Formats: sequence, C-alpha cells, structure tokens
Amino acid sequence: MVSSLAAGSLRPQRRPLAKAVVGLPMAPGIATVFLTAVVMIPLAAVVWRAASGGVGGFVEAVTSPEALAALRLTLIASVGVCVVNAIFGTIVAWVLVRDDFRGKPIVNAIIDLPFALPTIVAGLTLLALYGPRSPLGVHLAYTQLGVGLALLFVTLPFVVRSVQPVLMELDKETEEAAASLGASQLTTFFRIVLPALVPSLLSGMSLAFARSMGEFGSVVLMTGNIPFKTEVASVYIFGQIESGDVSGAAALSVVLLALAVIVIVVVAGLRKKVVHGS
Amino acid sequence: MAARIALRSTAFAYLTLLLALPLAVVFYNTFSSGLPAVWAALTAPDALHALWLTIAIVAIVVPANTAFGVICAIALVRNEFAGKRVLDALIDLPFAVSPVVVGLALFILYGRDSAFGAWLIGHGIHVLFSFPGLVLATIFVSVPFVVREVAPTLVEIGTDQEQAAAVLGADPWQTFFKVTLPAIRWGVVYGVVLTTARSLGEFGAVSVVSGHLAGLTEPLTLYVEDRYQAFDPVGSYTAAVVLALLAFATLAVMHWVAGKEKR
Repeated sequence: MVSSLAAGSLRPQRRPLAKAVVGLPMAPGIATVFLTAVVMIPLAAVVWRAASGGVGGFVEAVTSPEALAALRLTLIASVGVCVVNAIFGTIVAWVLVRDDFRGKPIVNAIIDLPFALPTIVAGLTLLALYGPRSPLGVHLAYTQLGVGLALLFVTLPFVVRSVQPVLMELDKETEEAAASLGASQLTTFFRIVLPALVPSLLSGMSLAFARSMGEFGSVVLMTGNIPFKTEVASVYIFGQIESGDVSGAAALSVVLLALAVIVIVVVAGLRKKVVHGS
Repeated sequence: MAARIALRSTAFAYLTLLLALPLAVVFYNTFSSGLPAVWAALTAPDALHALWLTIAIVAIVVPANTAFGVICAIALVRNEFAGKRVLDALIDLPFAVSPVVVGLALFILYGRDSAFGAWLIGHGIHVLFSFPGLVLATIFVSVPFVVREVAPTLVEIGTDQEQAAAVLGADPWQTFFKVTLPAIRWGVVYGVVLTTARSLGEFGAVSVVSGHLAGLTEPLTLYVEDRYQAFDPVGSYTAAVVLALLAFATLAVMHWVAGKEKR
C-alpha cells in the first residue's frame, strides 16, 4: 500500500483523474421522493379538501363566528407570547452569558427542557401548579391567561437559544467604550447591545410565533374547550374533525398553513442576515 | 452590581415559576399517593401497552428519519440539482405546521373520502386508527431534526477528504461510509436524540389519527390525557413522570453530545 502510493507519487500518471464526486448519486431523488410522500402529499390533501367546497364554502368555514374567535385569540396570544419571550428570553440569555453563579450549567441545561418534554406533560405540569387544585392558590385553568402561560412554557427556548450565541460573540470593548464615555448602563444596552441582537431576536421571536400559532398538546388541558373564550385555532380544528366537519377543519388549516409558510420565508431571510452579518 | 442582581433574580423567578415549580409539583403529586399506588399505575396493562406502543413507534421512526435526514442533508449540501432551494425551504415545513393539521392531513389522505384511502382500505390496509397512522404522523413531525443538525456539520468539514477519497478510487458510497459518516457522526447523534425526544412526546398529530382505543392505539402521551380525563390522576401523573424522566435523559445526552461536538 505504502510502496504503491510512493511509486504513484514519483511517476505522475497520465490517466484522467477520477472525477472528484462529492455527494451521493441518488440523494436528491431519495430526499425528494421521501419528503413528497411523507409531507407534501398529505398537506396537498388538506388544501384539496379545503377547496372542495369552492371559494364560497371556504370563506364560510373560515369566517364562522367560532372560527374567527379562535383565530383571533390564537393571533393575539401568539403576538403577546412573542413580546414576553423577547423581554424575558433576552434577560435569561444575558444572565447565562454575562453573569456568573453556582449551578449555571444546570440552569443552562434546563432551558431546553420544553423542547424535550412532551407537550401534554407540559400542559399537565402547568395545570398541577396553576389549575383548580393549585397549591399557590393561583387559578388560571380555562382562562386566556392560562393559554398564554402554556404557550410561554413551550416557546421558552427559542429566543434564549437564538440570542445567546450572538451575545457570546459580541465584543465587550464597544460596551466598555460607551461606558467610559459616560453612557449609562441602560443607554449602553439600548444603543450598543440591542441593535446587534435584533436579527437573532427577530429570528427567535418568529420561531416562537410559528410554534404558538399551531400549539395543541400543552394548551388542550388548559383551555377546557370553551368556544369563544379559550378555544385556540388548533383546538377548534380538532373539534371540527371530531364532530365530522372535515372540510371546515381543512379550511382553517389552510389559513394556518399559509401563515406557517410566511413565517418560514421570514425566518429563512433572517437566518441569512444573521449568518452574513447585518 | 445592583442591575446584575436584579436581572439574575428576574431570570431565576421566571424560570422557577414557568419550568421548575410546575414540574416539582407533578413529581410531588405523583409520589404523595404512595409508591404502591404508583407501581400499580405503572404496571396497569393499558399503561404497559402504551409504553410498548411508544417504544415501537420510536423504533421505526428514528431509523427512518435518520436515514432520510443524512441523505437529504448530503443532497442539500453536496449535490447540485434543480429544485434544491425549494427542497431546502420545504424541509422546515413540519416545524411550522400545527400537529393537529398534520393529523388532519393524514386523516384526509388515508380516510375513506379520498380515492387513495378508499383504495388502500379496499385492499385491507388500514392506516387510520391503527399502528401505521401513528408511525406516519410521528415521521411527519420529526422529519427536519437530523437534516438540520447534519447539514451545518457537512458544511463545516468541507470536501477535501471526500475529494481525496474519490480521486483515490473510492466509489460514492465507500466515500460516504468511510470518510463522510465518521466525520459527521456527532451531528447525526444529536439529530437522533432530538428525533427520539420528539417521537416520544408527539401528541396532537397522533391524537387525530389514533382513534383513542385504550390498550390498542394509545401511546403514552395519549394515555396521559386519557387517564386525566377519566379522573385517574395517579395513572395520568405516573405516565407523565415516566415521560418527564425520559425528557431529562434526553437533555443529559444532548449536553453530553454537545460537549463531544465542540472537541
């Protein structure tokens, strides 16, 4: 082996170089077929079913008072969850990067817990503490606040994990320069740190938004299925399926799908901006 | 300094009220009913069946999505083909789609109302309200994890070694198994861990296609809800604690792998 290699290197060969193939010959085909069969065809079936009732049927299903109420609550809750996440997510990321205390690795590790914990368990845990038999005496079950709480639980990691690496990379010198020139801590944060965090912050917020719009498992126990009050879009769709109105469920699903596609496009754009520098 | 303490306290309070305390209460509620009750709940036939069903789902979904994820990541990073950008964008779709919509999609496609579903049922293949439906729903929601973990690793390792292997006469699959796969292994492992966690915990999509037949089509997550609705808190909490412990194990492995990846 060694000798043949050495011989080869001494005597440059004339035969054409083997084409330096990278990648696998069948990979694009396999990937496309799998994704089409598993994801795209089922989603197309939803769109097909939603369109089966014509434009009139679609509009009627989407604008029924209960559907509109569910959609409105879902949108408002998701926006609210984004804002709370932006504030507390940034604070948590800041503490994890710039602060130092005992047990920091453990705190850092449990941030990912909502990603690892099944959503129904998340819902059950929140109900145990903030439900009818709350040991704290805080009763948020079957309220809109309870729905928001469940959404905050499952979306916690998004902003923290988007902002944290950017904060780590951030050059402290600019902040020190600002401070030495007499800027207060607040001024330094809002004029120096925050602008650098904006793309990652927006990326984390849009992921949290997308998750909130479709979340089901963690809210289903919290909502208590009260139409017009605590019923979010996913719970409404589930109810429509159970009661046999599959076309109505499909119509509202298409609205959620459209919003999901928009969010994906926005996140892809932001990711590029984060990677290539703002 | 005062600002630092204030920020630290705020972060701690937030994490405690949202994460730590609710979990602690579930563990407390579970074990306050006594170990014999917990053991009885754990070994109830339906609970054991739910656990086995969950394990069976994971055992099919994780290998399938790992194979697809690695191949798809290679296609996106190494191959050139028409429609690459579209494929890249569509991979993330399952993350953004509501689990209930995923369930509904399978419900429509494999139900009697669609020509395809009717044809399958006519040939004795029942997807809905049975094991294949649970598997398909779980594959759908966990498709992107391995792709998204492996793709950046592939970019990072570059193509020098793969090209060297190809020039030395290795065919693409030899290059893949002997050069690429060892280099990306920790990315793959991380993706597998995330896929496993998601597969263990999927609820919404599975809920729509399961039909909720206790002891037949009810994986552990659905069993948690079923027991809760049936006013059996011990059964519900015990199953939830099993899932929570699995989540803790997942976290531990995630951080162990993340440490390996950095080195």
